[in-house]
Amino acid sequence: MATQILMPALSPTMTEGKLAKWVKAEGDKVASGDILAEIETDKATMEIEAVDEGILAKILVAEGTEGVPVNTPIAVITEDGEDVGDIGVAAVKAPTPAAPAAAPATAAAAPRPSSQPAQEPDYSGPTVHISVREALRDAMAEEMRADELVFLMGEEVAQYQGAYKISQGLLDEFGPKRVIDTPITEQGFGGLGIGAAFGGLRPIVEFMTFNFAVQALDQIINSAAKTLYMSGGQMGAPIVFRGPNGAAARVGAQHSQCYASWYAHVPGLKVVAPWSAADAKGLLKSAIRDPNPVVFLENEILYGQTFDVPDDPDFTLPIGRAKVERPGADVTITAFSLMVGMSLDAAEALATEGIEAEVINLRTLRPLDTDTIVQSVRKTNRLVTVEEGWPTAGIGAEIAAVIMEHAFDDLDAPVARVAGADVPMPYAANLEKLALPTVDQIVAAAKSVCYR
Amino acid sequence: MAKPPNNAKSAPKHKKGAAKKNKSTSSGVNAEDLLRFYRQMLLIRRFEEKAGQLYGMGLIGGFCHLYIGQEAVVVGMMAAANKQDSVITSYRDHGHMLACDMDPNGVMAELTGRRDGYSKGKGGSMHMFSREKNFYGGHGIVGAQIPLGTGLAFAHKYKEDGGIAHAYCGDGAINQGQIYESFNMAELWKLPVIYVIENNRYGMGTSIERASATTELYQRGASFGIPGAQVDGMDILAVKAAGEKAAARCRAGKGPFILEMKTYRYRGHSMSDPAKYRDKEEVSKVRKESDPIDNLRDKLIAAKVADEATLKDIDKDIKAIVTAAAEFAQASEEPDPAELYTDILLEA
Repeated sequence: MATQILMPALSPTMTEGKLAKWVKAEGDKVASGDILAEIETDKATMEIEAVDEGILAKILVAEGTEGVPVNTPIAVITEDGEDVGDIGVAAVKAPTPAAPAAAPATAAAAPRPSSQPAQEPDYSGPTVHISVREALRDAMAEEMRADELVFLMGEEVAQYQGAYKISQGLLDEFGPKRVIDTPITEQGFGGLGIGAAFGGLRPIVEFMTFNFAVQALDQIINSAAKTLYMSGGQMGAPIVFRGPNGAAARVGAQHSQCYASWYAHVPGLKVVAPWSAADAKGLLKSAIRDPNPVVFLENEILYGQTFDVPDDPDFTLPIGRAKVERPGADVTITAFSLMVGMSLDAAEALATEGIEAEVINLRTLRPLDTDTIVQSVRKTNRLVTVEEGWPTAGIGAEIAAVIMEHAFDDLDAPVARVAGADVPMPYAANLEKLALPTVDQIVAAAKSVCYR
Repeated sequence: MAKPPNNAKSAPKHKKGAAKKNKSTSSGVNAEDLLRFYRQMLLIRRFEEKAGQLYGMGLIGGFCHLYIGQEAVVVGMMAAANKQDSVITSYRDHGHMLACDMDPNGVMAELTGRRDGYSKGKGGSMHMFSREKNFYGGHGIVGAQIPLGTGLAFAHKYKEDGGIAHAYCGDGAINQGQIYESFNMAELWKLPVIYVIENNRYGMGTSIERASATTELYQRGASFGIPGAQVDGMDILAVKAAGEKAAARCRAGKGPFILEMKTYRYRGHSMSDPAKYRDKEEVSKVRKESDPIDNLRDKLIAAKVADEATLKDIDKDIKAIVTAAAEFAQASEEPDPAELYTDILLEA
């Protein structure tokens, strides 16, 4: 059967090209793989090969012709003994026109989950007073008891008992098969953990700090976050990446960054940032059970702080739900992680001046609990966002945009952001203090949006 | 075959003939197997040629990396695989999918970005997966599939399911740091993984000599104590024999193994590669002297496993499969626009 050779697309962007040269002449025999012609594309000169064997019966576009559109017939190849006249019936099927593209959805039109994640369960049972450190350890231990497929890996998590003692006692209880000291090789064990998740396990990967996780960032984003989508829903990665995030004290620029907005930017990840011990325990248990990759941002300064925690192995907190830690009618303050405590301190101070602040503990940064923030702003008409990280393209910037989209008419003042200074973290004690948000700054921001 | 990698000083200088060592006879391979290998390699060859055509017609977009020339590597390795083994590779991946017995229709429909593709049209040439066939992609960041494959091996060992991981990369990827991070953990924890380095001599347009301080890639595990072997990747029986030895070692709990497959790709790195970095004579010489399909074809005829008529029938069958795949891939519809927002997160 005769076949037409069409002007090929030779690059992702080529729409037309120059037929630079015919290497074969009419009447030549061609075999699969033979070079037929040279085409000049927008990028380079390329050769086109014959796919089937036969005779180059007719050249339809002379060499030297410029601007030949992709898919124009340029030659006819016939089988031995066949006439060129047969081509009419045997033409290569023209490409089917693509279906009209759907209008691109705007961000605002993106479907939002129809149902909110479950409400935080009402708990009235007994509580224990424990540190965030113990809460994290208990969460992992309980989930490891419940599911054989859950394991913990990271630097110093086993014999050393955790660089920050989060995994204290886990090696003794679960043994070296499930509590694994890794070499110092974040990209390697980050990727290995994701591969293990593809393979059916439920890894918890501890980064000694999220500053080091940047070495594994490619794996977290390109392998963990995107694969479910790239596989059309087949290949999820149920994995938790956890460790301390943000500044501790006097550890300098490379150990003090908050990565919340980096991860919150990425579809396919869930991003959680607990404040209290109850947050830490309830959210980490949910994260371990979650079938998706969860980035779990802890805070070194909080590790030693103690809180009441429900004394119940079934206690979990829903990912995707913020918590109103302190109700108030005058101004909304959003915060996460360490900044929740500071915002509550600020609310105390504001109360002495007659301003009742509503403090929202975001808990989850992706998916952000927009409804809780919007409802609060509808009541208070004023918003201050607080975060330890840099202001530019930060969580506060995102919340300000969300509020503008959903509650613009409810605002009585521009949204105010309190954030870390837009500088690498300095070492000197006085400079470091200046680089981090303070209770005074939160108070001042709240007063400014109240025009006080 | 396996060279003791422990003493770097005794590493041999580059030897042109090293790859010849694994030329195997057809011992232990029956006629049925040989014909199956022939069919599988031919399917990959014809499938890729068709993909190239469809790309030229604008039906396949973006990047499209063809496997033509390298068919013996993955078909030979799969001949040494067990059902529970897992396979992962980078973006030159269509051959691996077909060798894993994935449906050519589904693969081609993914190439055309249609809803019946393996990833519903959302992955494309570089991103296809099959849980059913234990094929774990299809990855586009050079080298990143190696830690992932090492993690698959970790899961095999953890679950004690008897499987091993086959983790493929090219000679271009082999200089990525994360590969050595993986080698270290794999040997440290004796993970059941075969690292298959498909050395086709060029990382995109850069020849191995211009990219690698040492070009004997099977020795790249030496500093971790991982044994390796160099294999004639154009000879399917040599590949199969090497794969079987490596797999046996992995299954025995002795840790990872590196197989360097000396192979060649006939086409450009991707469809838009003008191939100015090598001369045509080099390509045609390999095609003429070492083509894996022609080689097996000659063997089949010499051993009287098949005659010309049988092989012609196989050709016809394969052509029909590929034509059907191309038709399926064009008939399948584009994904529903609603699919834009699906498969981002699983329901918790």
